[in-house]
Amino acid sequence: MTNITNSLYTIRFFDMAARKGTFIHRIHPVAKLLAAITYILVASSFGKYDIIPLLPLVFYPVVLLAVGDIPVMPVAKRMLLAGPFIAGMGILNPLFDHGVFYVGGVSIGAGWIACMSLIIKGALTVMSALLLIAITGMDKTAQALRMLKVPRAFVLQLLLTYRYISVLMEETARVLTAYNLRASARKGSGKGVKKNAWGSLAGQLLLRTLGRAERVHGAMLMRGFNGEYNTGELAPMNIKDIAYLAIWVLFFAAVRIYNIPALIGLLITGVL
Amino acid sequence: MSDYITSVKNLVYTYPDGHTAVRDISFEIKRGESIGIIGANGAGKSTLLMLIMGLLMPQSGEIWVEELKVTPKSLTAVRQRIGMVLQDPDDQLFMANVYDDVAFGPRNYKLDEAEVNERVTKALQTVGILYLKDRPPFRLSGGEKRAAAIASVLSMQPGILVMDEPTSSLDPKARRRLISMLKELSQTKIITSHDMDMVMEVCDRAIVLKEGRIAADGLARDILADCRLLEECGLESPLSLQNCPLCGSKKQDPGH
Amino acid sequence: MHMADTLISPAVGGIMWAASVGAIAYSIKKTGDDLEQKKIPIMGVMGAFVFAAQMINFSIPMTGSSGHIGGGMLLSILLGPYAGFLTMASILAIQALFFADGGLLAFGCNVFNMGFYTCFVAYQLIYRRIIHRGFSAGRIFTASMLTAVIGLQLGSFSVVLQTLFSGKTELPFAAFTLMMQPIHLAIGIVEGLITSAVVVFIWKARPEIVERSAQGEPIGNVSVKRVVAALAAAVVITGGMLSWFASSYPDGLEWSVFNTNGNSEIESSGEVHTTMSDIQSKTAFLPDYGFKVPEEEAQQGAEGGGERWPSVNAGTSVSGLVGGVMTLALAALSGLAIALIKRGKKAGAA
Repeated sequence: MTNITNSLYTIRFFDMAARKGTFIHRIHPVAKLLAAITYILVASSFGKYDIIPLLPLVFYPVVLLAVGDIPVMPVAKRMLLAGPFIAGMGILNPLFDHGVFYVGGVSIGAGWIACMSLIIKGALTVMSALLLIAITGMDKTAQALRMLKVPRAFVLQLLLTYRYISVLMEETARVLTAYNLRASARKGSGKGVKKNAWGSLAGQLLLRTLGRAERVHGAMLMRGFNGEYNTGELAPMNIKDIAYLAIWVLFFAAVRIYNIPALIGLLITGVL
Repeated sequence: MSDYITSVKNLVYTYPDGHTAVRDISFEIKRGESIGIIGANGAGKSTLLMLIMGLLMPQSGEIWVEELKVTPKSLTAVRQRIGMVLQDPDDQLFMANVYDDVAFGPRNYKLDEAEVNERVTKALQTVGILYLKDRPPFRLSGGEKRAAAIASVLSMQPGILVMDEPTSSLDPKARRRLISMLKELSQTKIITSHDMDMVMEVCDRAIVLKEGRIAADGLARDILADCRLLEECGLESPLSLQNCPLCGSKKQDPGH
Repeated sequence: MHMADTLISPAVGGIMWAASVGAIAYSIKKTGDDLEQKKIPIMGVMGAFVFAAQMINFSIPMTGSSGHIGGGMLLSILLGPYAGFLTMASILAIQALFFADGGLLAFGCNVFNMGFYTCFVAYQLIYRRIIHRGFSAGRIFTASMLTAVIGLQLGSFSVVLQTLFSGKTELPFAAFTLMMQPIHLAIGIVEGLITSAVVVFIWKARPEIVERSAQGEPIGNVSVKRVVAALAAAVVITGGMLSWFASSYPDGLEWSVFNTNGNSEIESSGEVHTTMSDIQSKTAFLPDYGFKVPEEEAQQGAEGGGERWPSVNAGTSVSGLVGGVMTLALAALSGLAIALIKRGKKAGAA
């Protein structure tokens, strides 16, 4: 139940975030999508012991959060939920990787470095996907997909799934409430739906869902749906949008090619 | 087709499981009329609406909408003339935001985007929710959802509106707003409902269904005042015509 | 079982994307007109159903723990493999975007691991075979159980391979496999139990729903085999290529973390390890694998030409650290500055 509430809250949060009208919200969705993809490609192309050179990539989420006026905590929370798996995979590194790095006279296990690199990259890539939705929203992302020639049928189906998640989650929550109100007193193993109700509880919900699908299909037919999904046309990208994309791509390329923190460090230590 | 905009002749429909929901129904509707179709649960109201919309095809009998007979081939043209608002707005609002939803119909008819925009704006203004156009359906109240569902049909500019239980699960204020809005709409209206008071306010004619047949067809104020008829058909007279529950005094006849 | 962006390399991600896009395109083509008309709303709403149903905890008798419904198998049983696969792909897309389950780069991996194996391999080869002989509660149970277990075994093994070929984390193949497979055997059994309970219920209440999708689709067996064969070939070829890359990169010979202008050096377990400094390798898409000097050559270089690989320079390493800290500080400051400027503007406007 808390799961359902959390998920509904998440969808609502991203919807609200995407409806703000900041500079970044007004950028063309295709530019935002391509920038995010480039970012993830660059971030994941760093090697397993890389930490310092990829740090400048932090600028991207920071700028998006600040310019887009996106509340940090809910995004961070969502990010932490993705954490355990990545952290779990990361923490195995020190067990298997016995190499040692010497940094300024201090020795650090290579496994720990790899673990840290994994976690940082994980945080950055997860963050960028969440921020893409937070500054673009599902409907504009879908329009961008159409512009990038993703088949209509797939985009429409994606939108329908998104649309009905909240409806069906609320319905599921009601069924579970009804179940728990009557079944919680019974002793059994653990929480959740008991075996004798597995099929009927989920099955009833499923039958109702199929009924709803029929009605939705009817509603679409009655408004002239003939299998083709016609989105409103999206204006082509203007100079501002192209500049947005170009600046980020150049920045990511620079981060990939030059070790920027090292250069800054040399500059500072050189001066001192 | 003279001044009759819709006519239903000797309609029969039996579901695949053998249950006959509609038995020999015939009626005609004039342009601009508002018709309330009332009847107990299972009387055949929903089946009748689905037949009119061509979502089901009758085993026998025929339906005419303006100059068109409803057949699988004429469906596209029929559905431009007649629009239906479903009972559950969540079934009707399937797009990610109100604007796209209201634009769904016009875009399917390949109108250019300027005209789509004009129609969407007009439809949303008519139901009074233009300011909600960028909202996703899951952030609308029950009344707002209902209004959006009606707008999604109005944007197709149909001559006839079909509505299934438009006032169900609305709070009193939203219901009141909806009733005044329905009264404003100039389209021919076919409304099914259990809300007898709404039918009395909005409709000038009423058709009572009982077990798949027409039990009565006449002026709404006559039928709704006929307690015995309503009782026999599993219905109840409108609250506004019932005795006052506090003092027992009789309400005034609506005809006076 | 969601694969994360951070665990895979762009090459592995790209290859799996290509494979998944191919499978998606093929499925769209296969479902054809049928999909265009009738199935889209059903697929859309069913996708949302799986989302919601995944939130239901089913308590597992005698264990005190609970299990969840999986998506792919239920969807292919009810919608057929092609529509089921497409629906699964859109569920995974929404999970990646909104819920940080999986990522954009890993989307291809996830579609393959959680959609392809279940809908095309396990469903086609097992479920349909068993059900072909007619429906009964027993057969539905056996078919669901086997399909769930085998689909998940294939999927989890695929996770192991993708992680291994990406080389982003240090996990011996044997240990990783021994960890993943048994866990997913248990998950598969639970999923099989729950799914068969649901499918049997639906079959008893509305047999036509379950039976229609099993026989109704005139998917010539030949073409299915062809798809499986083609994709299997693709996997073998790309797998072979990747393993060639992977084996040609010597263990431990890696980029330096504190790689500053190519002047740093790493000591690992007493051995002298080397780092690459040329721009070409930095711009390479596959920094871990591509354009690397083979091990022998590198070690020869390290042993033979001491001047090519200067000794540990503490100064450059420290400057790397300083620079890193500065970068982060700058990022934080610029974020704060933007926020402050915006607040100032708002206050000014108000």
